Formats: sequence, C-alpha cells, structure tokens
Amino acid sequence: MTTAPDTNMTPHSSWAFRQAERVVDLVERRVTGSSWFRRGRRTAVPNHWSFWLGYLALFSLVIVVLSGVFLTVWFEPSMAPVIYDGAYAPLRGVVVSEAYASTLDLSFEVRGGLLMRQVHYWATHVFIAAMAVHLLRVLFTGAFRTPRKLNWVVGVGLLVLGIAGAYAGHALPDDLLSGTGLRVVEGGVLAIPIVGTYLSSFIFGGAYPGDDIVTRLYVLHVFLIPALLVTLLALHVVLVRRHGRTQWRGAGKTNRNVVGSPRTVHTGRAAGLMLIVFGAVVTMAATLQINPVWLYGPYDPSQVGAGSRPDWYMAFLDGALRLMPPWEIDVLGHHLTLSLLIPVVVLPGLLVAAMALYPWVEEKIVGGRGDQHLLDRPRDMPARTGLGAAFVAFYVVLWIAGGNDVLATTFHVPVNWMTRLLQVSVVVVPPLAYTITKRICLGLQRRDRDKLLHGRETGINVVDIGGGFAELRVPLNRYDAYELTSRERRVPFVRDPEVDENGIPAPRLRSTRLRARLSNFYFGDRLDDDDR
Amino acid sequence: MLAVATLLVLAAVVFYFGFTGDAPERDVDLGDLRNSNLALGLALGVGLLVAGIGVVQWSRLLMIDTRVVELRTPSDAGRSTRRRFGGGTGDGLGRRRLLRNALFGALVLLPLPAVVALRGLEAGAPARREHTAWDEGVRLLTDGGYRPIRVSDIQAGEMVSVMPASFLDLPEAGPARPNERARSPVVLVRIPPAELSPARGRENWQVDGIVAYSKICTHVGCPVSLYERTTHHLLCPCHQATFDLADNGAVVFGPATRPLPQLPLRVDDDGYLVAQSDFTEPVGPSYWERDA
Repeated sequence: MTTAPDTNMTPHSSWAFRQAERVVDLVERRVTGSSWFRRGRRTAVPNHWSFWLGYLALFSLVIVVLSGVFLTVWFEPSMAPVIYDGAYAPLRGVVVSEAYASTLDLSFEVRGGLLMRQVHYWATHVFIAAMAVHLLRVLFTGAFRTPRKLNWVVGVGLLVLGIAGAYAGHALPDDLLSGTGLRVVEGGVLAIPIVGTYLSSFIFGGAYPGDDIVTRLYVLHVFLIPALLVTLLALHVVLVRRHGRTQWRGAGKTNRNVVGSPRTVHTGRAAGLMLIVFGAVVTMAATLQINPVWLYGPYDPSQVGAGSRPDWYMAFLDGALRLMPPWEIDVLGHHLTLSLLIPVVVLPGLLVAAMALYPWVEEKIVGGRGDQHLLDRPRDMPARTGLGAAFVAFYVVLWIAGGNDVLATTFHVPVNWMTRLLQVSVVVVPPLAYTITKRICLGLQRRDRDKLLHGRETGINVVDIGGGFAELRVPLNRYDAYELTSRERRVPFVRDPEVDENGIPAPRLRSTRLRARLSNFYFGDRLDDDDR
Repeated sequence: MLAVATLLVLAAVVFYFGFTGDAPERDVDLGDLRNSNLALGLALGVGLLVAGIGVVQWSRLLMIDTRVVELRTPSDAGRSTRRRFGGGTGDGLGRRRLLRNALFGALVLLPLPAVVALRGLEAGAPARREHTAWDEGVRLLTDGGYRPIRVSDIQAGEMVSVMPASFLDLPEAGPARPNERARSPVVLVRIPPAELSPARGRENWQVDGIVAYSKICTHVGCPVSLYERTTHHLLCPCHQATFDLADNGAVVFGPATRPLPQLPLRVDDDGYLVAQSDFTEPVGPSYWERDA
C-alpha cells in the first residue's frame, strides 16, 4: 500500500549512512532476528498537534536527566552544619547545612552552574505540565480505551513519579521554603492513624527535622525514582509501539488501519521538536530566575517566610489543606485529625485511584467492544468531557486555594473571605463545570448537524424577491461531511422490564438497573435524529 | 538556519570562558553572574531553537511526506490461540493444593525481612513529642541574640521570638539544635492586662500582660509568626490558621483543630522572665496517641 520511496533499495553514497546501515544489519541479524528497524521505518504515524504533547514530556525529561547529572557532581547531600564561606557575601558566616552551601557554590562559583540549575528546574516544570496536558488529551479523546487501558495506568504512574521526584528534588537544597514544605509533610504523616508517629520517626530518622532527611530524599531523587520512572517510561513507549498509534476519524481511516506520514518524516519532525524544546528550556533558564534559594535563606524550623507556598504541582494539596474545615474526631480515645488526613492522604489517594481506574469504569458502563483505535472528538462524548472538565475544575479550585494569601493581597480582600469563597467553590464549581461543558458539547454537535444539513455559512446575504434576507450556504464537500458523520451513535442501555408478561421478575434486576442508570447518565442527553 | 545554530553554540562556548574572569572571584557580583548566565544561556538556547527549526524545515521541505497506510494487528490473539496455549500447562499447580499453598505462603513472607530491616531508618533518638526543652526556671532568651529578657524590655503590642536558655547547652554538631528549634520556639507578646481573658487556672501564667505561646502551629507545625497587635491575632503564613493570643490561644479561623499551647511565665530573682514549667500539653500538630 505504501508509496514512500524505498530507501532500503537505494544505497546511500555517503560514508556515514553506509556505516549506519551496517550497524542496523548487525542488530537485525544478531540481536532481533528480524527486520524490525527497516520495517519500522515504513510504519505510518498519524500527525496532529495534540499527538506531540507526549513527546514534549519525553524531551523535557531528557534535559532533566542531563542537567541533573551535571548537578550531582557538585551537590553534597548532607545536613552537617558548616559555616558558609563562599562567594555570596550576604550569607557569609552563617551556619548552614552542607546541602545548602553546595547549592550556593554550584550556582555562584561553578561556571554555567546557575544556568544548569535553572535548566533543571524549568525542564522539570515543563515535564510535569506536559505530562498533565498529555493526560488530558488522552482522556478527552478516549485514547485510553482498549487496548490502551494498561498504558493509561502506566501514564498515571509516570505522572505520580514525576511529581514525587520533583518534590524530593525541591527539598534537597535545604532552604527555608522547601524546609517549610517538609514540615507540612511531617504534619501530614503524623495525622495517619496508629502508625503516624512511627512513620514520621522512620522518615526523619528520629525527631523532626533530624539530620538524615536530605540524604534520604537524595537517594529517592537521583536513584529510586529515576529508575522507576525510566522503567515505566520504557514500558509506556513499548506499549505505544505494540498498540500502534490512534488516529482521528476521517475518510480512509478505519479501526483496522493506521494512516499517516512515513516514520522517516515523523522522526525528522520529532528531532526538530526535541531541539526546539531544549532551546526553549535553556532560553527560559537564561532569562527567568527560578527558585533563588539564596534569597530564601537556610532552613530554620523556627522561621517561615510570609507567602510560603509550594511549587505549582503540589499547590493543589496545599490548597486542600487551607480549605479544609478544622475537623478532628475522637476514636476510642484517640485522635483522628480529618483536617490533615483528608487533604494529605485521602484526597491524593482518591484522585490517583479515580484517574487510574476510569478506563475500566467507562468500559463497564459503555460496554466493551474490542480494540478502539479511532479517537472521539470531545464533543461526541459529552458526559466524559463533562466529567473531565469537572475534574479539572476541582483541581484548579484547589490549586488557586494554594495561593489564597497571595490572591488576597493582590486583590486587597481579607484572606478569610478568599478562603470562604474557595470553600464554596470547591463544592459548587465542579458540578457547574460538568453541566456547562456537557451543554457546550451538545451545542457543538447541533452546530455540526446544522452544517451537514444546511451547508457551510458563507457570509453572503441574498435578498429574495419578496425583500427577505437569507444567508447563502454552500454544502460541505464529501470529506468534511464524512468526518462530521463518522461517529458512533450511542443510545442508553435499556434494561428488560422488571416483570415479564408471565409475572416473572427479570434476572439480575439490581445490577441491570444500575447499569441502565449509568448508561443513561452517559448517553441520556443526546440529539435525537428527529429533533431538528 | 543550521549554520546560525552552529555559530550560536560556538558562541556559548566562548561565553563560558569569556565572562567571569580567570579565577572564581571571592565576592560574587550578582550583575556579572546575571550577564554570564544570560549570555551563555541565550547563545545555547537560541542556538538549539534555531537548529530545531532548521530540522523541522528539513523534514517539511526536503523529506517526502506521503500518505502511508498500514494494517493493524488485533491486540487480542483470539480465542483459538488462547485455547491452544492456555490451561493444562503441566506445572502441577492445580493438583497439589497443600504444596501450592505452602509455596505461596513462603513467597508472600519473602519480603518480610526486607521490611523489618527498614526498622533501622530510625537511627536517631525517637521523637519526644510530649516534652520540650522548657522546664521550671528555664530562662527565656531572645532568638538570635540569646539575651535574657526583663519585663521592661517588652513593649505593649510587641512580639518577640524566644528560645529556652537550655538550647545553648546543646551540641552545635548533629541534629540536636535543629530538632529543638522545631519543637521549643515560643512567641512572647505583651497585651494590656485588661484585654486578657485567661482561662481558669491560667490567671498567674502571665507577667504584667506578657504571655508566651508555642510558635509551632497546631495545624501542621509551621512557625506561626504574623502578629496583628490590634486584634491580638497570630496568623500562620502556611495555611492561615489564626489564633487569639488574648483568649488562651484559641483558634479563631482556619484549619487548626486546637489552641496554641501556652507557656506559664514568672519572673526569677534576678528580674528575668523564666518558665514556670514545661508546656502542659504536646506542642505542634495533633496525632493519634496524643493525650487529651
């Protein structure tokens, strides 16, 4: 079927290409025993801007790793107190930890060190943000459905590991801001019932803050989390290769084929994007200051900076801590501090579980129908898009709450009002987001149908013989019309009547009733074919 | 494009050597550092950007982009394959139930020694949560200068951060001092006695309107440090828990579940402020086995 030029047949004149071919030959004969590489060059890769978000995350992770290796050469993961005697005059003579002193040294005295540190931070932010947006893309287009359910879970794992790794790294310089963040973690761990105090002692090696935590976080940050991250990443990529790419619906595209550019062209684009991502991150690091730990000062558990707040990817948890009412209940003479337990332990656990399990929940409700390689347009699945929007809205309200003091200062309102407003919002906004999004989706569907039935608006007004005005409309061409009509029409599952004509109750009444309700939730609101 | 990229990357190498002199300077000049950072980063960053744009242009203009169609293989091998390779594998797992369960039992317990070995994580002394360094007769020292405090040193409306005098006896190396700073800091404020409303039993915990509270927030343990003198409210900058220092440290707003512990004060024979005793309850965030 391919019409790509057959590069295998044309011997390259250049020496480098010939040598590369020899390496490929060697691998294919002695390692894989197949022509996987040569075949791989001929595979089809669909192209769409949203398919590049995962690449963005991948490439920023590459810079995170490269700059991180550079930093490990100079960073000392030790909390032993030293008297700072480096190049930064304002802190000279102050007792700081070795970790803090070495961070200042690698910023101020190692050439290019500050740049590398800022590259490491900025690339981390891009990495986590790209993963989050990639996850939303996969959610809203339904790319998580069979056979990619497992890969979705791997992706959620990558996001969690990325955030955990970034948090562990953020705490390493032992500065006032990140130390305050660790104190919040200690408080959260203490709230865990029964084992909380023991866990805290194990994590910090005795009393808080102790002199172990930076060394331990360092092990997590440079060894354990990267090892897991790279393993999961490899699995993620292998599964993408195994399942093939998803594609948008369109003429010539079916559930059984992949239509796209040849891989050679795709690789060219990817290489270009990689360099652009590298360049953008380095430019950001050159021009935008990030995490100036020398301004925060060394960590002192008895001090805190006003406006202390975590990095944006942790801000939703801090926001939840700020919004939680002061609830504490007594269980058999013991204390269960719900005001900490819910935001620090229960909430993140539930969020991750909900994300990870969503593909199975949706499949249960919608019904499994084998491999799904064609993407849904978000408007064609209003309930799913609405749920996603509600999830995003919930997250964003918590995220805003993580900076409620800064917002209150910015807008000159009492911080207490801000907190109350956000407490209401966190309950009210997600259902509102669900409803509004679903309505917008249905409206867009209606517009598509209008386009199909009456043609595209041209902006040309025509006066008819009776003096009336009408807009001239041009019918869609066949390809556009196909794209708009090529979607599944789903109707809610209707269960059998509770009692059949002989008075015998239907089997599995309860479970079918639940399924009918959920199915109605997903597909109940839709454009009927006769609703014109 | 690619030529410009080459030049810019070379420029980055030049800037690496060009800026901060030959030896690392004793006093870092932040302006110099910023320029060096900017020059190095911009040359490298823009160089990479331009190279990337060049490569994308290459793939757009020089590579032949055609529409390739490829057939998929189903992810499910199919029922017949599953039947052919599934079941009856001859591993005997289905037949010797007792042996099988013994095997599973051994495997389940295998990670146990590794988990037990994690006990060594608590290398230092276990955390003392019920007691701090405060005790009968321990002097209050200003934090930073470590000077003892007389009643006349504290102005009305003033807030002072305080550490126990016993803090200075702790070794400078090791975690003892940071640990104490995480547990024992106290805020001292002076409120006109008429505005104080001490709870029963706390009437003599103040000296001429000077009251002392734990600085460790009862929410998650941040140092509570924003004092508003007109309302006597103390606000935690982390999560905005707010305590009323004129009303026994009661929570007036925010997520904290219990009042700030109060430190009973008196004046010693030399006229300096000292503690009457340790705190009467654990400081800091709540936990499962906390008393009362």
